[in-house]
Amino acid sequence: MTLRIAVALEDASFAAADWIDAVRQADRARLDFVTFDDRFGRQGPDAVLVAARVAPLTRHVGLIPVATTTHTEPFHLSTSLATLDHVSRGRAGWQVRVSADPAEAALLGRREPLGADELLAEAADAVEVVRRLWDSWEDDAIIKDVATGRFIDRDKLHYIDFDGTYFSVKGPSIVPRPPQGQPVVAALTHGPQAWERLDVDVYFVTPADVSSAAGFVRRIPAGKLVFADIVAFLDADQEAAIRRRGATTSDAAVFAGTPAELADLIAGWQPAGIAGIRLRPGGPGDLATITADLVPELRRRGLFEPSTATTLRERLGLPAAVNRYQEAARA
Amino acid sequence: MPKQIILAAHFPGVNNTTVWSDPDSGSQIDFSSFEHLARTAERGRFDFFFLAEGLRLREQRGLIHDLDVVGRPDTLTVLAALAAVTEHLGLAGTLNATFHEPYELARQLATLDHLSGGRAAWNVVTSHGAFFGENFRRGGFLDHADRYRRAGEFIEAARTLWDTDGGDFAIRSSQFDIHGRFGAPRSPQGHPVILQAGDSAQGRELAARHADAIFSRHHRLEDARQFYRDVKDRLPAYGRRPDSLKIIPGVSYVLGDTDADAQEKAHHIRRQQVSPQTAILLLEQLWNQDLSAYDPDGPLPTADPVLDEDDTIIKGRAGMFPDRIRTANEWRALAEAKKLSIRDLVIEVTGRQNFIGTAARVAEQLDEYVQTDACDGFILVPHLTPAGLDDFVDQVVPLLQERGVFRTEYSSTTLRGHLGLA
Ligand SMILES: Cc1cc2nc3c(=O)[nH]c(=O)nc-3n(C[C@H](O)[C@H](O)[C@H](O)COP(=O)(O)O)c2cc1C
Repeated sequence: MTLRIAVALEDASFAAADWIDAVRQADRARLDFVTFDDRFGRQGPDAVLVAARVAPLTRHVGLIPVATTTHTEPFHLSTSLATLDHVSRGRAGWQVRVSADPAEAALLGRREPLGADELLAEAADAVEVVRRLWDSWEDDAIIKDVATGRFIDRDKLHYIDFDGTYFSVKGPSIVPRPPQGQPVVAALTHGPQAWERLDVDVYFVTPADVSSAAGFVRRIPAGKLVFADIVAFLDADQEAAIRRRGATTSDAAVFAGTPAELADLIAGWQPAGIAGIRLRPGGPGDLATITADLVPELRRRGLFEPSTATTLRERLGLPAAVNRYQEAARA
Repeated sequence: MPKQIILAAHFPGVNNTTVWSDPDSGSQIDFSSFEHLARTAERGRFDFFFLAEGLRLREQRGLIHDLDVVGRPDTLTVLAALAAVTEHLGLAGTLNATFHEPYELARQLATLDHLSGGRAAWNVVTSHGAFFGENFRRGGFLDHADRYRRAGEFIEAARTLWDTDGGDFAIRSSQFDIHGRFGAPRSPQGHPVILQAGDSAQGRELAARHADAIFSRHHRLEDARQFYRDVKDRLPAYGRRPDSLKIIPGVSYVLGDTDADAQEKAHHIRRQQVSPQTAILLLEQLWNQDLSAYDPDGPLPTADPVLDEDDTIIKGRAGMFPDRIRTANEWRALAEAKKLSIRDLVIEVTGRQNFIGTAARVAEQLDEYVQTDACDGFILVPHLTPAGLDDFVDQVVPLLQERGVFRTEYSSTTLRGHLGLA
């Protein structure tokens, strides 16, 4: 099995051209997906809208924006991400984030900041609501039956009737089921608090070395894909890369060196059982080096092979999404 | 120079206006449909593309309404994608002020304005109440009486945030108590264009105070002129000039090779729009009660409508009938006089196309509306997705251009620029 390769885009640019340039590079290199960083109160553009802005201009790369569950409406999250899946024709995902920052709570006003445990519980409920809404239309709900004058078969639309501690949501969605059924849900985690509670498909983790990568893979519940984050400063001249890294610190491992050396490191981590690597470009120019130099190097070594699958789920080897309501109706 | 006409393209919506049963009708959700209509509008040098919004699927008699198109995309997300396939066209989205919050929405609108190079517009609507609230954290928290207070404070808050240029703010009003630093620098338009839809006196007052344009439903000539005067007369109280608020009704049209041909087509489309089942449902919306036992080919009910505006038979759609009894009497009188069945009557009285005729006649009538101050332009509502505006752009736009009342090329890059707004 080859690895899946992704890139984390963390810029705060408001210029469409910057995003088009970056995501097209990833698309041309046939990377599996890019993530778009965001926070509720970030100085930067809304990540879902950035992903939508570049979707029609790319054909291959998966698009996974960060969206926060803490001060937002699960209903809006679900419909905007479903729409991203429609406009990208099945390439959408969502990186879940919570907000513990009191300054962000003040941007919404109404609510006191929640404690860490409650933030996670609320996020778990939000993921549940978002997912139920994605299933709330069966794939064949639109019937256009001229004889009876019916556009939909209303029996194939479902109230989700979620009633939780933090919110209740009735449904169904206002958006027909997204092309993937269930867009890919991901989260960055540093420890086990979230692993049993969030219903996500992909975990981004931050191992320091191959044995800690193996530790993450061992402890994360089976069936979830584990991507190891690496901050990458790349240069044909190793010294130059190290100079650029300077005293950079990060939650993830910080690599500085040549593309061949990074390929060595990735090859060394592969036996840990990770599904892929998410590279965080260390600085300007590193994305270009990743796509122009690192990716060909990984392909030469058989560590990466562009996928021919058209949807992000398929590409990640996730099973076709089963609609929970369709199942229930059949049972 | 004669008054210049504003033109916008409304993506076909979830009313019976949209004919889905026609073989030429395409997907209401596939991005290619949005792209087709937006590209057509831009080819026609339109001012903007327009999307409606509904935050819960409509229900009638307590069931999800199944006779019209159901399901649409999220407004902002699809507009952001359309920015990728258009260059000049304004991108207007309907977004509810009740179930959004100022910080998040202002940042999203600023994002759209940046990513589109100054083409974003927000149509502010105030749908509220427990029915919609069931999909949101706060439920039906907002009283009917407060819907425009919140909308007004929301727009003021958004303008404050946009004016910070990514700086600090503190806002305290009856609806909002927020502070911090805004996440976006000043966008190309400074403030995205604000549209308002909503017909009550409070709605008109909100528009007079805050909006750049009104999406109105007044399209009959005299009615439109009266509405036009009404809202423009409200402007001086806010120190605004008449041309700072554009009045743009939603209208439909049918083109034919001859006027008679167009009339025939219009009649055919009306029959497609009002199926027997739809006739009963539309009648129920006025009568506000279950009429499923009635025969669409039979006579109208003799009993009067039920007057309970808090518990309407249709949920999730803006109220259409300010005076149910009067309208019912008018409909009965008309059915009596012309010997019309329920379906024929509904075809006669609901949503008849506004402009019907040859391209030359339609161009002339549109121009007359604008030059005589019935409106400043039109939001065209095609009945077919996605090709419903193709004939208008091919046939009517060139005639408007010949008349010197519509641009032949874009002269601005922003929507504010297209609309001639400061
Ligand atoms: C032409 C027109 C279009 C409207 N479109 C929408 C819409 O797309 N979504 C929505 O929630 N409300 C829509 N509305 C409803 C109004 O914005 C408003 O919320 C409602 O009519 C209540 O306000 P009012 O009492 O002032 O009419 C529309 C109203 C009009 C007149």
